[in-house]
Amino acid sequence: SRRAVGRAMGLAALLLGLFFVPAVLVSTSLRHGAPRTEPEPEGAEWEPASGGLPKDLLWPLPQWLRTSRRQLQLAPGRFQLVHGPGSSAGPACALLQDAFRRYYEYVFGQSGRRKRGRRPLGARAEPELSQLQVVIESREPGCHSYPHLGSSEAYHLTVTEPVAILKADEVWGALRGLETFSQLVHEDDYGSFLINESEIDDFPRFAHRGILLDTSRHYLPLKSILTNLDAMAFNKFNVLHWHIVDDQSFPYQSIYFPQLSDKGAYSYNHIYTPTDVHLVIEYARLRGIRVIPEFDTPGHTQSWGKGQKDLLTPCYSGEQPTGSFGPVNPILNTTYDFMTKFFKEISSVFPDAYIHLGGDEVNFDCWKSNPEVKEFMKKQGFGIDYAKLESYYIQKILDIVSSYNKRYMVWQEVFDNKAQLKPDTVVQVWMENNYAHELSSVTGAGFTAILAAPWYLDYISYGQDWKKYYSVEPLNFPGSEKQKKLLIGGEACLWGEFVDATNLTPRLWPRASAVGERLWSSRNVTNLQDAYTRLTNHRCRML
Amino acid sequence: AEKELPQGTPCTQLLVFVATPDCDGFPSLDSKENYKLSVSEGSLLLSADSVWGALRGLETFSQLVGRDENGTYYINKTEIVDFPRFPHRGLLLDTSRHYLPLRAILETLDVMAYNKFNVFHWHIVDDPSFPYQSLTFPELSKQGAFNAMTHVYTASDVQTVIEYARLRGIRVIAEFDTPGHTLSWGPGAPGLLTPCYLGRDPSGTYGPINPILNSTYQFLSSLFQEVSTVFPDFFLHLGGDEVDFTCWKSNPKIRAFMKEMGFGEDYKKLESFYIQRLLNIVSSLGKGYIVWQEVFDNGVKMKPDTIIHVWKENSTPYMEEMANVTKAGYPALLSAPWYLNRISYGQDWMVAYKVEPLKFEGVPEQKDRVIGGEACMWGEYVDVTNLAPRLWPRAGAVAERLWSNATVRDLQDAYVRLADFRCKLLGRGVQAQPLYVGYCENEFGGV
Repeated sequence: SRRAVGRAMGLAALLLGLFFVPAVLVSTSLRHGAPRTEPEPEGAEWEPASGGLPKDLLWPLPQWLRTSRRQLQLAPGRFQLVHGPGSSAGPACALLQDAFRRYYEYVFGQSGRRKRGRRPLGARAEPELSQLQVVIESREPGCHSYPHLGSSEAYHLTVTEPVAILKADEVWGALRGLETFSQLVHEDDYGSFLINESEIDDFPRFAHRGILLDTSRHYLPLKSILTNLDAMAFNKFNVLHWHIVDDQSFPYQSIYFPQLSDKGAYSYNHIYTPTDVHLVIEYARLRGIRVIPEFDTPGHTQSWGKGQKDLLTPCYSGEQPTGSFGPVNPILNTTYDFMTKFFKEISSVFPDAYIHLGGDEVNFDCWKSNPEVKEFMKKQGFGIDYAKLESYYIQKILDIVSSYNKRYMVWQEVFDNKAQLKPDTVVQVWMENNYAHELSSVTGAGFTAILAAPWYLDYISYGQDWKKYYSVEPLNFPGSEKQKKLLIGGEACLWGEFVDATNLTPRLWPRASAVGERLWSSRNVTNLQDAYTRLTNHRCRML
Repeated sequence: AEKELPQGTPCTQLLVFVATPDCDGFPSLDSKENYKLSVSEGSLLLSADSVWGALRGLETFSQLVGRDENGTYYINKTEIVDFPRFPHRGLLLDTSRHYLPLRAILETLDVMAYNKFNVFHWHIVDDPSFPYQSLTFPELSKQGAFNAMTHVYTASDVQTVIEYARLRGIRVIAEFDTPGHTLSWGPGAPGLLTPCYLGRDPSGTYGPINPILNSTYQFLSSLFQEVSTVFPDFFLHLGGDEVDFTCWKSNPKIRAFMKEMGFGEDYKKLESFYIQRLLNIVSSLGKGYIVWQEVFDNGVKMKPDTIIHVWKENSTPYMEEMANVTKAGYPALLSAPWYLNRISYGQDWMVAYKVEPLKFEGVPEQKDRVIGGEACMWGEYVDVTNLAPRLWPRAGAVAERLWSNATVRDLQDAYVRLADFRCKLLGRGVQAQPLYVGYCENEFGGV
């Protein structure tokens, strides 16, 4: 039978005072959570999680936290989010100003509009928390810059009377800390806003925590992309991998090549104008999210051929062109002239240091059927090894993109087929079969890797599949410590064959949240029961 | 050269002629839903035997109207003679595993009408919660709902649903599933459920309804008296599925009863004992009933027009069950291959579409006893956040299988029509998900 620890202050609880729940003690001994002293509610699946611990409100679970039973009260009419003394950021920091307003809304919702109440100040049961002071410590807070792979997202949050303090190196950490702070505030039975005294020290386990959205198989209206960015911020995701074009449609309205979307988009309405793209990038930036566009070539490019004549390889049946087209034609100079100009535009439109160049699933049949391509293969001495032709193409694209001072991400085939990659290339491992082995190979060869293979969220199935996403351990692959460090994170992918604005949100969330915690929290945060409790709370909060 | 489209005669009126209206009545299993639609120059005529047929015809008419590139509305010259293949074409919603706000139910009824579904099977209560606000037993929802103030269906809500459905030619068949699936009934009806035992002491947990107490049958009598009055359809669904005997076996009083009755160790006999008394209660209230297949499988004595609802996919192949049920003379409803809550990757609508309800060994009289089927959306993983995309357009595949001719099976053609229908649904504000890659002129939420 279980001991029941009620909310009422028993003697034992009074003596207990400080409730110590470390998830991981930074660089010292690892201890997974304190033993639970509150009973699991009967039929945990159905009852709302009430009377739980403060940590039960958090997702993803911070690296280190300590909470006490002592609660502070927040008055919506008086509470403020402010820049703290000594912060290198101030009112000129638009990013933080915006965040303060946004998080105030999240915390208080409709109640925020309540004016000063009539209950006299002295009549409160709990002491009041009047402010959260945000202090950015680095001299370059990052207010007007873009987040990048090396940005600091660490923060330290202290919640005590009368003022809570959120310290972070850079604004990115402050954003993460504001999210956590907003999760700690809860309402009691009387509708009062409360927060437990606590101290949190937090930073992400992996630096690249992404969501892949596919806007080619189905167009996604701007609104749904922006809503998704909000959800990502709730889950501390920091990369939007925008798989913007593919075979089926080309919605990206190019400035240099407007006919690409004129002819390749589903319709004139199913496009992203330059303004739309800037909006996404800025909306993301304000949430500490990088936008990495993917222009996948040489395969997955059917829609490019509609607006760019002679870009794709004409397929042949014997001596005759069949009228259909294959991957990008790697043997023509015009191809590279086009790509040079196209990627010049992309490099200037998208501020992130990285561009994803794709390189996956190149079907060689069409190349093999084309006499000019065959001729070229002979001339180059590639024999019948079309992987060499693919690498020849990729290398030229990589060089083009490098010349614009961009770094690149590629799907694993580019590595598998032995193209020559610059050392700072990020290889995305996506094939499910034996992906641990692939991670070993990629990192063994000295390349940075990100993991997507076990996290294809478009593969829906009946039941609580979030558990299997949660249970993935990215570093479970054979390799040295040095190799493990090369795995910089992962991505939850929502390919668009069966997804559009009607079902994107319920299909992605909260399943992607499981991936979010796996990439942020400590390695030994693995308890599924505990995760269930916290994730169901988090889900209701996201609603 | 451009095709010259003849300037059509502007159509100004759709005349609707109904032979036997019954505008204020409720649809029933015997309702006639046939209609004729005739569109020619200067004449648009919809004729039907009953108002229910007229509703079906209006839906079809609305689907025929198109818009050309200039924005002009047009309709082609058409002759349609239509009627449903099966009279019972239902959709099950589960409001116990998750509460569904009234607006979600009403919207579902709208989309059901677009698909010519005509039965709303309301699986209203179950183990996790009891949202039905009973007049006779208010404690049931007070103690059993997820939140007694907010996650309940008031008497007014229920009447709203019934009337909203009626106006769309949809019958509302309520299911109060017993003796299993009743945990949420316990808190508001002390003594109703069987106390389970651990050895000689009560364990503190409860099982199915206690079949040995007179108080049980008094309770059921009163409750179903109310339910029979509230829900006007002739049929009630009484459940009877998945009764777990463990708790009954553990209870010494029940074991004593089993001995007394000479049931031996066969708890199916106890289950039958309960069900038979329940069926008698409901009969005496002037209602017919539908039960899940276990009631038939376990040899319970039932009236000959009891409808058996076939739902199990595994133990006996469902087509065999359909054969057995109809052979024994009972009407049958098919749901087994249409559990839409069982999602999977890809175009699973095709699997639902390919089902042939009459594909079993049997004489024509047997086949005639298959009155239709139901697509089920159980609620373990479904609430208002994902109900519409998960239901539509997949349930549309079931709708066509139940309405259209058995020979209408071509998947390519179905894909084209269903994808187009899905875009129409978007245009009507329904959050219907895509079948496969592509686009609609109007995407959900703009563009």
